[in-house]
Amino acid sequence: MDIELMISSFPKLLNATLITLKLLSVSLILGLFIGLGFAILRMNNNKLINKFAYGYSYIFRGTPLLVQIFIIYFGLGQIEYLRTTFLWVVLKEPYWCAIIAFSLNTGAYTSEILRSAFQTIKPGYLEAGRSLGIPSKIIFTKIQIPIAIKQSLPAYGNEIILMLKGTSLASTVTLMDLTGVAKYIISTTFKPVEVFIVAGGIYLFMTFIIHNVIKYLEKKYGFQT
Amino acid sequence: MELLYFGDKGWGDELFFATLMTIAVSITAMIIGFIFAALFTPLKLSNNKFLNSIGNAYTTIIRGVPELLVIYLFFFGGSGAIMFVASIFGYNDYIEINAFLTGSFSIGIISGAYSTEVFRGALQSIDKGQFEAAKVLGFNKYIYFFKIILPQMLRLAIPNLSNVWQITLKDTSLISVTGLVEIMRQSYIAAGSTRDPLFFYSFAAVLYLILTFLSMQLLNRLETKYSKGY
Repeated sequence: MDIELMISSFPKLLNATLITLKLLSVSLILGLFIGLGFAILRMNNNKLINKFAYGYSYIFRGTPLLVQIFIIYFGLGQIEYLRTTFLWVVLKEPYWCAIIAFSLNTGAYTSEILRSAFQTIKPGYLEAGRSLGIPSKIIFTKIQIPIAIKQSLPAYGNEIILMLKGTSLASTVTLMDLTGVAKYIISTTFKPVEVFIVAGGIYLFMTFIIHNVIKYLEKKYGFQT
Repeated sequence: MELLYFGDKGWGDELFFATLMTIAVSITAMIIGFIFAALFTPLKLSNNKFLNSIGNAYTTIIRGVPELLVIYLFFFGGSGAIMFVASIFGYNDYIEINAFLTGSFSIGIISGAYSTEVFRGALQSIDKGQFEAAKVLGFNKYIYFFKIILPQMLRLAIPNLSNVWQITLKDTSLISVTGLVEIMRQSYIAAGSTRDPLFFYSFAAVLYLILTFLSMQLLNRLETKYSKGY
């Protein structure tokens, strides 16, 4: 055991954790909007819109995240037309490519989580709202969304942890996130176990915190079906 | 489409064999995962606090650390560890383990953690009366486990195991970083030499979609077969 290496690599890894957290938080926020949008489309009665939303989530859930990042980072740059538009400013940065891939990916999973949460809301709540003459927009924002959030908390907590692990793939497109830096230190020192313990420890610490925050929220908002 | 021709001109045959490699790694990893699950599920259910914490440590660590980091650990650390063990037995030459084994093993350990949770959940949701009845009736251990507990456990576990299979299948794409030529690696090579990454990575995505779709069909059939009531 090379304790010295563990201590000296700790600040570097901690620094890289900031990038991991940035990637995670931005993708989760964007993904939540994408997920909510597609969950609403999924519940649409129009078959075509419904199929489109289903296709989106099927494709993003059925392929590895690595493929998605590679298509966006290496693939899209190949389209000459894109290079002339303002999109190129975003797409030439590995950071934004990773964020786009992560957001679309977590959006697909989130849409499934939210859809099933919306569908398990008891029809009685909506009927009660309607018979009290509450406009359907307010039923949606004040009744459906709060209940759906409560019901999807446990599953969404898992999704956050999966996404935290997913951000490690940013290292494959040259980003120096926690895993990227860990790999760099391993390949220069050839001490995989030590670096794994430190980097893995940081990841575990983050999962631990996420897990407990979700648990606290579940308790606070009273999980009920 | 010429890019997909079989033979020297296209990448069709290379990608075909790469797909077979992905399937082979996934199945091997799944089996290694079952072996880990068979070892750790009893630990997780054990009343002994020490054994219990070993079981919990395994599932918590593996499920809380990125797959890529686990793969790097085995990729860079694997041959070192084996050489260390070999040096105890007096063998000091350089040993290189093959990428297939490292890959399957690291994905297997990951998939094993998920399988362990599935088996634990399934065992815990079997009615306690079943265990008691089997014991009271004096069945021997073999019948007790293989004829009474296992069939009931599988029935509950199969739907979740098909999720584990999906995760495992997609995780194998990460082994491409170690150089094992599976779908992702082959697409990377093809994209590099033809300068057509969009086409090859999209095609890789299609291959994965086909694999997940076909395996879901197969697993759904298995699920209906085993979910028959008793």
